[in-house]
Amino acid sequence: MSSRTAADTRLLVEKSLRRRAWAERRFRAYGLGAVLLGVVFVFFLFASIISKGYTAFLQARVTLDIFYDPAAIDPEGTRQAETLAMANYSALVRAALREKFPEIEGNARRRALYALVSSSAAFELQHRVQADPSLLGQRQRLSFLAAANVDQLLKGKIDRRLPEANRVLTDQQIACADKLVNDGQLKLRFNSAFFTGGDSREPEQAGVWGAVVGSMYTLAVTLLLSFPIGVAAAIYLEEFAPRNRWTDLIEVNINNLAAVPSIVFGLLGLAMFLNFFGMPRSAPLVGGFVLTLLTLPTIIIASRAALKAVPPSIREAAFGMGASRLQMVGHHVLPLAMPGILTGTIIGMARALGETAPLLMIGMVAFIVNVPRSLADPATVLPVQIYLWADSSERAFLERTSAAIIVLLAFLIVMNAAAVILRNRFERRW
Amino acid sequence: MSTSALLLLIAAMAVLGYWLGKHRSLALVGGGRGIRQLHSLPGYYGLLTALWCALPCLAILLVWLAGQESVITTLVLRGLGTAATSEHASSGLLMNNIRNVAAGVIPADGVSPQVQAGAAEYLRLRSISAMAISGVILALGLAALFWVRARIAPQLRARNAVEAIAEKLLLACSTLAVFVTLGIVLSVAYESIRFFHSVPVHDFLFGIEWSPQTRMRDDQIGSSGSFGAVPLFLGTAMISGIAMLVAVPVGLFSAIYLSEYANRRFRSVAKPLLEILAGIPTVVYGFFAALTVGPILRGFGESVGLEVASESALAAGLVMGIMIIPFVSSLADDMITAVPQSLRDGAYALGATRSETIKQVVLRAALPGIVGGVLLAVSRAIGETMIVVMAAGLAANMTANPLDAVTTVTVQIVTLLTGDQEFDSPKTLAAFALGLVLFLVTLSLNVFALYIVRKYREQYE
Repeated sequence: MSSRTAADTRLLVEKSLRRRAWAERRFRAYGLGAVLLGVVFVFFLFASIISKGYTAFLQARVTLDIFYDPAAIDPEGTRQAETLAMANYSALVRAALREKFPEIEGNARRRALYALVSSSAAFELQHRVQADPSLLGQRQRLSFLAAANVDQLLKGKIDRRLPEANRVLTDQQIACADKLVNDGQLKLRFNSAFFTGGDSREPEQAGVWGAVVGSMYTLAVTLLLSFPIGVAAAIYLEEFAPRNRWTDLIEVNINNLAAVPSIVFGLLGLAMFLNFFGMPRSAPLVGGFVLTLLTLPTIIIASRAALKAVPPSIREAAFGMGASRLQMVGHHVLPLAMPGILTGTIIGMARALGETAPLLMIGMVAFIVNVPRSLADPATVLPVQIYLWADSSERAFLERTSAAIIVLLAFLIVMNAAAVILRNRFERRW
Repeated sequence: MSTSALLLLIAAMAVLGYWLGKHRSLALVGGGRGIRQLHSLPGYYGLLTALWCALPCLAILLVWLAGQESVITTLVLRGLGTAATSEHASSGLLMNNIRNVAAGVIPADGVSPQVQAGAAEYLRLRSISAMAISGVILALGLAALFWVRARIAPQLRARNAVEAIAEKLLLACSTLAVFVTLGIVLSVAYESIRFFHSVPVHDFLFGIEWSPQTRMRDDQIGSSGSFGAVPLFLGTAMISGIAMLVAVPVGLFSAIYLSEYANRRFRSVAKPLLEILAGIPTVVYGFFAALTVGPILRGFGESVGLEVASESALAAGLVMGIMIIPFVSSLADDMITAVPQSLRDGAYALGATRSETIKQVVLRAALPGIVGGVLLAVSRAIGETMIVVMAAGLAANMTANPLDAVTTVTVQIVTLLTGDQEFDSPKTLAAFALGLVLFLVTLSLNVFALYIVRKYREQYE
């Protein structure tokens, strides 16, 4: 060292300074890169789902001239309910299609033609006739769901250039569809069935309403149980509990439960609620119980934080006025902590809404067409519906899955926005 | 009466009790003027009456709900005698038939006379049980009402009594967490022990072949019914490892950038954006992994001449990593902000640049906390289910190639327990054994990580 001159040292330092400045810039760039990467992921995720799913909000519908042929539905003219219920309504749809395309002959070619319209058309006609038997003998211009493949064709998801054998639609079917489009009888319209229907094996008839109702029932049970119990537990731990081993044990337990994988709660639900207590499978009630156990730790932790944020002076003032401990909490601390508690609860509910794995364990994964009417009815929930559809091999379910995800994310965004607004508007800082 | 009707009945009696108690107390002291002679506010007398009426009723209702099904089942089966049970495969199956007939799911004319008789008996017992519980609750509630009402006196310390009850209720709510843990351990461990009766523990933990389909015939291929879970553990480790390789650097660097470099405005935009990732349901990530990332990786692999399985560990791991980024970054952010400013100032005073300060002082000081956070993230990755169920494979391969398909513990739990299952086969019980392993591993990771984090926090407080 001593042999070095001041100039050498200066040179060394200057060199190292450049290197260090570079290192500084590089480090900073890594950080910025990481943040941007994360943000890019967010946008990529949303873009990929929205671009796949937005088309499901439109659905191809065929307009056909239906002749309610009395000879086909009720040849004896009895107009009995049973005859009307058993009649072959798809014959009407077929007749209308034959009328539109008289040039198509031969069984196989005709069958290909009939496949353009969804099987729900017959049910729709049946409902109409049952509601109003006087329709028999009349003509009506009605619009029906087109088959899923026609829908995909209209949305440009079926490649017309592929050889016929590799396509789900034949050349003849495509020609018919094109003719219908040209005549204005085949159009993409807003897909209201998606928001009002239950699940179905046919992609064009499948809707999310059943799953949404199931989710609502499940969340209602979860909220009704987890909110009071969670807040009560938080109040006890924060305001009443003596510091001893027992409360330490409870605290450690709560913190651990918050990090237990959700599927373990599903196993608990299966072993305890279904097998031990014999509760019904697939029921929103049991789903609500399992999700309650899952969200309790979140709510307790958030509520405790909110209670802790209320300054001690409020408590002392209440005691000073002669309030009992319960009065102090009930009249002063709890109302002041409520915005924070509600924020935590909403976030907990949002997590419960997106939870899938534990519900698979208790059988909410069944194929259920009907919209559930009570807490004990078999039901499914939105995320499980997404899982079921994502598993389906049919291409038309892909956009339905993405659309169901969009619906789920919309619910979550609304809930989280509510939490943010609540926090910004009502939370007080002391 | 249905359960909801009973709950309504109890609520109605409680409201009646409140009203009775309140008015009784006021009447005793001659109306609003004499209120000063009461020990507590009149509302407390009302609450006390209501609580005394509702709580015992609720307790009885709970016991009844929990016990009635098994009692009725035993009675029905005993009534049918042993002949019926031997004819059906098991009493569980018979009872299921009986319940379905009773509920009208199966038409009654197509089943054996035993099942018909059982269904009739079942319905009769159910209606008796429902009438009995309604009567008991009504009688008990009313008796409690009038008993408390008769005991109301101006000297009665109603507020203290109500508060004592309330405190007990609060305590009960808070102990629920302990019971949940206990419930998990007991139920999962119980089924696991039954599993270990048929499959030895060491075969399960150290066996290297996993094919849970039990064989029906001797010559059946591919269904040896072996339960060696090592391939699952390795698959889980690989996918979690890939996830951590994504999440830790990205999460850590974004935490550093956001807490040390970014200005307020950038932070206020970027941080919530990153946290969106934490709020997205895992099933959405699963869909994304299976239908977007998987095909992209496969296409990319094809273009460079690599064979990528369509359910590769890489796709699931990458997406899981994305999911965990905000988790790592928010924990690391907490830990970094907890480092006292004085340490940074000291480093700056010695001439360190910002990045040198971060690397050599801040990160080192925050290291225990960050390690704790990463361990929590690992435990989350291990327990993550939907992404792997949708994007990882089912075949239990032992491979170190991330482009191959592997399966994980959670995937197997879901596959073993969804769909048709009989409860006593080792196949279903194996799921509980896997669940037990999963629970124990994540629990110990959590306990250890929380211990580190807490200790670290205390260090700077």
